Amino acid sequence: MISAGLQLGLSKEEVAFARASLGREPSETEWAVIDAEWSEHNSYKSSKGLLKLFPTTGKRVVLGPGYDAGVVDVGGGYVATIHIESHNHPSAVDPYGGSSTGIGGVLRDILSMGTRPIALLDILRFGDVERSAHSRWLLRNVVRGIADYGNCVGVPTVAGDIEFDASFEKNCLVDVACVGIGKRDSVILGEATHPGDVIVLAGGSTGRDGVGGATFASRNLVSGRGSDRSAVQVPDPFMKKLLIDSVLEAAATGMIRGMKDLGGGGLSTGLSEMSSKGGTGIDVELSRVMMREPDMSPSEIMVSESQERMLLLLDPRRSRPVLDILEKYEVPHNVIGRVTDDGIMRVRWGGKTVVSLPAELVANAPLVNRVARKPSESRGSRARPKTEPAIEDSLMHLVESPGIASRRWVFEQYDYEVGADTVLKPGMADAALLRLPNGGCLAVKADGNSKHSHLDPRRGAAGCVAEACRNVVAVGAEPLAVVDHLQFGDPSDPGVYWAFRESVEGMAEYCRGVGLPVVGGKVSFYNEDADSGLPVKPSPIAMVVGLAPGKRRPLRPSYRSAGEWVFLLGSTKPELGGSEYYESVLGISAGTVPNPDPASDSRTYDTVRKLLSAGLVSAVHDCSKGGLAVALAELSMSSGRGATFDLGELIGPSLTPTDALFSESHGRFLISTFRKRETAKVLSSSRLPYRILGRTGGESLVVAGGSRIIIDLDVVTMTKKWEGTFPRLLD
Amino acid sequence: MAGSLRVAVVRFPGSNCDLDALRALRNVRGVSPDLVWHEDSEVSKYDAVVLPGGFSFGDSLRAGAIAARSPALRRVSRLAERGLPVLGICNGFQTLIESGLLPGSLLRNTTLRFVCRWVTVRVENNRTLFTRGMKEGQVLRMPIAHNEGRYFAPEGDLRRLVSEGQVVFSYCDEGGRVTAATNPTGTLLNIAGICNNEGNVVGLMPHPERAAERILSPFDSEDGRLVFESLLRSD
Repeated sequence: MISAGLQLGLSKEEVAFARASLGREPSETEWAVIDAEWSEHNSYKSSKGLLKLFPTTGKRVVLGPGYDAGVVDVGGGYVATIHIESHNHPSAVDPYGGSSTGIGGVLRDILSMGTRPIALLDILRFGDVERSAHSRWLLRNVVRGIADYGNCVGVPTVAGDIEFDASFEKNCLVDVACVGIGKRDSVILGEATHPGDVIVLAGGSTGRDGVGGATFASRNLVSGRGSDRSAVQVPDPFMKKLLIDSVLEAAATGMIRGMKDLGGGGLSTGLSEMSSKGGTGIDVELSRVMMREPDMSPSEIMVSESQERMLLLLDPRRSRPVLDILEKYEVPHNVIGRVTDDGIMRVRWGGKTVVSLPAELVANAPLVNRVARKPSESRGSRARPKTEPAIEDSLMHLVESPGIASRRWVFEQYDYEVGADTVLKPGMADAALLRLPNGGCLAVKADGNSKHSHLDPRRGAAGCVAEACRNVVAVGAEPLAVVDHLQFGDPSDPGVYWAFRESVEGMAEYCRGVGLPVVGGKVSFYNEDADSGLPVKPSPIAMVVGLAPGKRRPLRPSYRSAGEWVFLLGSTKPELGGSEYYESVLGISAGTVPNPDPASDSRTYDTVRKLLSAGLVSAVHDCSKGGLAVALAELSMSSGRGATFDLGELIGPSLTPTDALFSESHGRFLISTFRKRETAKVLSSSRLPYRILGRTGGESLVVAGGSRIIIDLDVVTMTKKWEGTFPRLLD
Repeated sequence: MAGSLRVAVVRFPGSNCDLDALRALRNVRGVSPDLVWHEDSEVSKYDAVVLPGGFSFGDSLRAGAIAARSPALRRVSRLAERGLPVLGICNGFQTLIESGLLPGSLLRNTTLRFVCRWVTVRVENNRTLFTRGMKEGQVLRMPIAHNEGRYFAPEGDLRRLVSEGQVVFSYCDEGGRVTAATNPTGTLLNIAGICNNEGNVVGLMPHPERAAERILSPFDSEDGRLVFESLLRSD
């Protein structure tokens, strides 16, 4: 029987399925194991079917989805590993602990592949930070948590993305992504392929923290549920640092045969996935697990998500060098069992068998068919007002708004330099650029736009890949691969599931169109406001990595001198649905969401890279949130230089000056150059639409449209306001 | 390398700038650096020591407090007494302070926050073993990245520090002016680095190892190299 004290998240059908498959009643510990592994968080039971739509292969792909991290060939015998995770529910109840342990988790995913973590990114979503003290508290403590953990483990935090929307008020989103580097021939997999190998549990001790974490992540937050705090794990960055150093040193011996980090679902997940992937079984004795608390039950030990733990598989005849390294770093470790060949996950407690389940059954939850239905109510709220603020005032408003303002307050708390490989640092360019040991550079950026996604989930999801691609291209890199993170409300709500399906389809279509493989990702459901029960706006995130040549000094979105010609590449359409202008200036959520076109975007990416490698360009910047107006302002602010533009024929019957300046149409870049004619020639031969907007010079950003000056802003004043917002709100 | 200066970069559990320091030193011709585990007695055989940045022993108790009481620091002290060059960067500086090899203390930044930022520092003393290649008043660009870098000493000790020329670097603007506005952490007198009386032990909060190659500098500079190259000068 399932005892009353056991809080399971399993559905009636799943309980029946488990009984029928086994032909008997599972023991209490077995239920706990099944419950953890069949949680949405670990099993992807609602999403697996749709995720098959993603293109996952390509000439650079070494390992696609299904492993702890995606693996991409970056040349010279090296691979980059990439992964993204979220820690939304833990961060909503304990922002400091939740965000730190989120970092801890994604670092282990990179480490368990035998690769060195070289960069962290964080993608954060909070409520209306101007109005809500709660959101400011969450933001301060999430950032502090990331800083304290990331800085201590010595992995630079190099990039990220922050968005604010009232739908994240109670359920903030805290996504962390990590990039690793290693030799292609020494990648380690989380597979138990050799019966007889010993299973070593290394790192921190196992406690009650994080018990039921995967189940916690797989249901909605309930307001006033104080006991949820014990589902948040306790961070120990110092132990993590020792684990990183010792595991990398041990991996270099070539004697680790398999490795897996313990994250969601703890030992249950780690052991069942390793054995099911390797087609083997396991036999472990739980009394050999180091425990932090004396009276833990076998169920608690199996599902504890205590941090800083790894499973290592070693050949018993050649285990000494690895164990010696763990001892040198004083990393606690114990042999807890062996790999077997019978396909059974066998767990003992003081000799007595408490779990005896087919690993296949545990690792493969029955899939759930969800109903998708497009919500009938109009997603748009109010119509556009008859009169709108002056364009100059709107631009100033946007520059100062939390959605656009400088993130310096955040990124200066992160050690973005440690490792001495960060070439383009936070705030310097559209993407971060990291030096690789093979002489090349890796560009990395993560993006999302929940306002676009709310109005049109298909376009919004495609758009976040497009935006991340643009950012990577803008630093001179060729996009190699993407990992995605799809965050939604309760999948049993047909409207939520419809938005999820649209997002996956839109993202898959775009990736296919630009030839970008998806090498990994994550799904997080049940993101809802604990008070209102409303889901967060759909929040797909795309992290793109790209490869850039290492020799050339990378360009920045910053004019170098007066007299440069500024070109706008790509077409501007009246696409203002979900734009910063509509949402933040006019306060409306409606309209046509920008629709990225993969075919023309591919051509644009190639052309931009061609211009950069020909050395024709002085500065490059993409147009994203806030549209052309904000992109022009950012170029001026980052260089401290003015410029004078004329929208000319960009505006016309189908595009007003306001729409031209604030539309968020995809596929657009701004470049500045002294070599106007040569640049125009390259653009014409690539059949890329472009316009010459004006030249750099002076101390103000001046924009004329329809024969009058519509913007005239002093760059220094604008920069002060742009830099001032975060300190004003958060200090 | 025969005849080259052997430098030990001491790795404590939790050090995280050790490999960066090693790489910066490797780029200096005539220096041959090794990573030395803190328990290794080999450290005594080196010509110079670098204590790298990071969070040795997880900053337990106080930053640098545990490392300062380790056997490694007893060995480093003996090298320092012999007049050999000892450099502490960031957590290494904190360790030198905790061990008593350098005077004063390093407190939490007044902002109560970690700060990572490129700064400019002025060379106040170019007679130490790590600043011999520089000019007095020269301005260097390097990044800082720390939580506890606010130098503090009682009034009298501070006066002595200044009069003895033990202030090595102070935070300044690009023109070399030392002002309150250029002080990132609330450190007394804008102090960014100091030395012992003999000038062979130097500690600083900024990271020269992160500023030793043009590709890593937003300003196309490589000022950090000068710190390591000074090791080879005999003037």
